[in-house]
Amino acid sequence: MRKTYGRIVAVDEVSFDVHEGEIFGLIGPNGAGKTTTMECVEGLRRPDRGTISVLGLDPFRDVYQLQERIGVQLQQAHLQKRIKVWEAAHLWATLYKKPASVGDVLLEQLGLAEKRNAWFMTLSGGQQQRLFIALALINDPQVVFLDELTTGLDPQSRRTIWELVRGIRARGKTVFMTTHLMEEAERLCDLVAIIEQGRIIDIDTPQRLIDRHVPGRTVVLVTQDPLAEERFRALPHADTVSRAGDEFSILGRGDGFVTEVIQCLAEHQMRVSDFRTALPNLEDVFITLTGHSIRD
Amino acid sequence: MLRGLFQLTWLEIKIFLREPLGAIGTVVIPVVVFLVVGRAMGGRSAAAPASASAAVFLREGLPVLVAIFIALNAVLSLVTIISIYREGGILKRLRATPLRPHAILSAHVLVKLLFTAITLSLMMLAGRRLFPAGINVPYFSFAIAVLICTLAILSMGFVIASLVPTARFAQPIGAVIFYPMFALSGLFVPLEVLPRGLQIVAQMLPLTYVVSLLRGIWTGGAWTAHLGDLAALAVTGVVCVALSSRVFRWE
Repeated sequence: MRKTYGRIVAVDEVSFDVHEGEIFGLIGPNGAGKTTTMECVEGLRRPDRGTISVLGLDPFRDVYQLQERIGVQLQQAHLQKRIKVWEAAHLWATLYKKPASVGDVLLEQLGLAEKRNAWFMTLSGGQQQRLFIALALINDPQVVFLDELTTGLDPQSRRTIWELVRGIRARGKTVFMTTHLMEEAERLCDLVAIIEQGRIIDIDTPQRLIDRHVPGRTVVLVTQDPLAEERFRALPHADTVSRAGDEFSILGRGDGFVTEVIQCLAEHQMRVSDFRTALPNLEDVFITLTGHSIRD
Repeated sequence: MLRGLFQLTWLEIKIFLREPLGAIGTVVIPVVVFLVVGRAMGGRSAAAPASASAAVFLREGLPVLVAIFIALNAVLSLVTIISIYREGGILKRLRATPLRPHAILSAHVLVKLLFTAITLSLMMLAGRRLFPAGINVPYFSFAIAVLICTLAILSMGFVIASLVPTARFAQPIGAVIFYPMFALSGLFVPLEVLPRGLQIVAQMLPLTYVVSLLRGIWTGGAWTAHLGDLAALAVTGVVCVALSSRVFRWE
C-alpha cells in the first residue's frame, strides 16, 4: 500500500503478511509511517494505492463488519476526562452487543477492579493503557491492534503490559503492534517488520534479523593474566580485541566463538574475575540497516 | 445502534454534570440572573413604563433575546466540547467503535437540547408565577419554534466546530461569528431603520429569521405568517449540515 498526505509520502510500497496467532511488530522511529500503516489496516484511513485484506475483509469498505471482529488501541487517544472506568467498559459492551458483565470481568483481569469508580483523568498512564486494552478486548476480537502501547510508561508498568500482551496471544488472538522500543519488539514479537521513512526495510523473526545483520558476538571479561591479550588475538574467530585496564572486550563471529573463548581460558587455566557476553539486539540491527540509532 | 446513542447521551449528561461549572453555568446562573434582573425591571415597568417602545421590548423582545442567548450559549459550548474531544483524540477513539459518526455528534446535540429546554422551561415557570406579563403565550408553539431555531444555530455551530483549529479558539471564534449577527438581527434595532446596505446584510444572516420567527410565535402569530422564516432556517440547516459533513475533521 501507499499513503500520502498532500505532498508528503507517509507510506510507500509497504507490503507484509501477518499470521494467525502471532504477535507482529512494526518497528521504526517516530514518523516512519507505523501509525499510518496500522490505521489503514484498521480501516480508519484509506490508502491511496494497494490492497489490504484483514480476516478476508477490505478494511475501508467493510469497516463496520471488520470492527466487530477486531479490537484497537489508538496512539494518543483519550476518553472523556470525567468518564468513570466502569462507564467506559459498559458503554463499550453495549456498542459491541455484549453483556455488561464482560466489561466487569476484563476490568478484573486487567487489575482495574478497584479503579472502577475513578474518573479517566485520575488514572495513571499505565492504568489508562490497561483500560484501553480492556476496551480493545471487549468484543473478543480475533485481531488486536496496539499502537505504541507502552510509550511514556515507567519500566514497571511496561513489564506488566508486556505480560498482558503475551496473555492476549495465549488466548489464541493475533496481535499487530507498533513500537519504537527495540527491547519491547524483541521480547514480545514473533515477527518484526522494520520500517523507515515509509518503507519496510526487512521482515523476519527478531533472532533471524540479528543473526543475518549483526552476526558478531562480544565477550567481556576481566583477567590479570599477562599473556591474555596475546592469546585472545590468536583466537581464529576473534575480529578485534580491545582493552581497558584488566577488562578485555573481544568481538568475534559465529556460534562457536563464545565456546572458543571459554576453551582458551580453560586451556591456559587463566583466572577470570568477571565474564559476560554481550549479544547484539534489534537496536544493533537497526543501526546496521539504517546507519543511525532509532532515537536519532 | 439506538441503544448505543442513548447510552452515550446518558453518559455525556452525567459527564457534563460532573464539570465544575456544568449544571450551575448552564441552568442555575441563567435562571438566577433572570429572576434578579426580572424582579428589578419588572417592578419598574409595572409601575411606570419608561416609554411605549421599552414596554414592547420587555414584553416581546426580551423573551426572544433570552431564548436565543441560551441557545447560542449551548451551541458555543457544543463547539468547545467538540474541539476538546477532537484535540484529545476522544472523537477518534469513539469513531473506531461500531458507533456511527452521526451518533457521536447526535449525543452531544441531544445533551445541549436537553439543557436548553430545562433552562428555558424553568424561566418560563418562574416568569409565569413571579412576573405575569399579561399576555397569553403559546408555550407549545414557542417550544417548537425554539427547537427549530436551536437546530439551525447548531448546524452553524457544526461548521464552526469543523473549522476551529484548537479548543482554545472555539469559544472566541464562535462568539466573533455569532454576536455581530445578533446586532443586525432586528432585535435591538428594527431592520427598517438600518441603512440599505446593512439591511441586505441582515437579510443574509440566519439569526434575523430566528428573531422574526421567535418574536412572531411568542406574540401569538400564526405559523403560516412565518413560512419565509422557516424556509430560510431550513436552507441554513441543510447547507450547514452538508458543508460540515464535508469539512468536519475527526482528529
